[in-house]
Amino acid sequence: MASYSTNEFKAGLKVMLDNDPCAIIENEFVKPGKGQAFNRVKIRNLKTGRVIERTFKSGESLEGADVVDVEMQYLYNDGEFWHFMVPDTFEQYQADGKAVGEAKNWLKDQDFCTVTLWNDAPLSVAPPNFVELAITETDPGVRGDTSGGGGKPATLETGAVVRVPLFVQIGEVVRVDTRTGEYVSRAKD
Amino acid sequence: MLAAIRGFFEERSVLEVETPLLSHGIGTDPQLEFFTTEYCLSPRKQTLFLQTSPEFAMKRLLAAGSGSIYQITKAFRNGESGRFHNPEFTLLEWYRVGFKLPDLMNDCADLITLLFANRRPLRATQRFSYEEIFHRYTELNPLEFSYRRYCAYALANQLPEAVSICGHDHALWLDFIFSHKVQTHLGQNALCMVYGYPACQSSLARINAQNPLIVDRVELFINGVELGNGYFELTDAEEQGRRFDKELDIRRQKSLPASVKDGRFVAALQAGLPECSGMAIGLDRLLMLLSDSASINDVLGFPIDRA
Repeated sequence: MASYSTNEFKAGLKVMLDNDPCAIIENEFVKPGKGQAFNRVKIRNLKTGRVIERTFKSGESLEGADVVDVEMQYLYNDGEFWHFMVPDTFEQYQADGKAVGEAKNWLKDQDFCTVTLWNDAPLSVAPPNFVELAITETDPGVRGDTSGGGGKPATLETGAVVRVPLFVQIGEVVRVDTRTGEYVSRAKD
Repeated sequence: MLAAIRGFFEERSVLEVETPLLSHGIGTDPQLEFFTTEYCLSPRKQTLFLQTSPEFAMKRLLAAGSGSIYQITKAFRNGESGRFHNPEFTLLEWYRVGFKLPDLMNDCADLITLLFANRRPLRATQRFSYEEIFHRYTELNPLEFSYRRYCAYALANQLPEAVSICGHDHALWLDFIFSHKVQTHLGQNALCMVYGYPACQSSLARINAQNPLIVDRVELFINGVELGNGYFELTDAEEQGRRFDKELDIRRQKSLPASVKDGRFVAALQAGLPECSGMAIGLDRLLMLLSDSASINDVLGFPIDRA
């Protein structure tokens, strides 16, 4: 893998730091007029998701990380692993709970999502921003309820619980924003 | 801005001068990288350098008896590019004959106040010694190097990388801690002048007459941005020669491109540089602050990527 000097650090570049794959978020050149040049870099650890700041002497370099984002179709969960497939090549990958993380609340069979691979193994899974899921359980609504009410909890087919308006019933399909975990609307047929 | 600057110096009878951008010699400062170019006057070929500042040429004029002078000129520093840096930039540099550092600082305060008055008036100018301001934000003593204390500070402040970057290099530690933990606080909507730099960061400043641990050097900051650097100028040719040789040694050790000691400048010092103080201010950054711009690219017609 190529190595990158501080001058080449730019948002999105994937590098190895402390043996973990990381993505550069921001890179600021800091140089006192009469002093040593530094690069103050904001960097996200792709394994833990944590963002840290680290300073480098300008001109230092880091090893590139073999990290790629691949669109995949979610297949099934065997209890331990979540299985994904690249639609073009039928190549299959299995991801453990750590890699899937919060995404497991939103994964429905056949849906597409972005799987980040590090050295060809799933590192993290990002669901689409919006998913449409059926409601499996919620209190029955009462006639006359409108969207203005306080809402009620509803369990979705994936097991996730979101707040929905009172008029939404079991069996209906709703659209949810996976970034906030909030109900958006009823799905249009 | 340029008209206001010229007016300021005209009122004070400081002469505007122009010196060459190309020179046969160049600064030896190991922290400044220069551009090299080739002068072909067939059959001879000679290496010339683009100036990193007009300092040497202006001091030669001073030694020749010019009196107080100022210049607005381009300067070039290789490899410097970022939100506050462009490798080609504009400097305002001036020298006041007979001025000591406090007089020069008054000059700076007057000029900056004048330039900001009509656009975004600043709060009262602040003056701090390096020792005082460094201690205020870090509780460390910048004049006395304690590896153990500096390391403990770095570890307690989420800067563990400082230990491996700086090692036992006092000046490097000061650069690191000052730029990360002190500078960002300086001059909130005000001009902040920091004077009395530690002797290991002397550059071309004179050692303080009362305290040999510090030098008569001042830096200007507004909103945490470094704007300018000034000295009560070193006039001792022998001392200057020694500092040059030391810096050339460091350049060799670090295998940096060799620079050529400016013999004509050293000769001018030997002939006698009058007692004077000088200041250089980055005008692009000043314009950034005046126009509230986030990046130097916003105040340049064509930044280096599009030059």
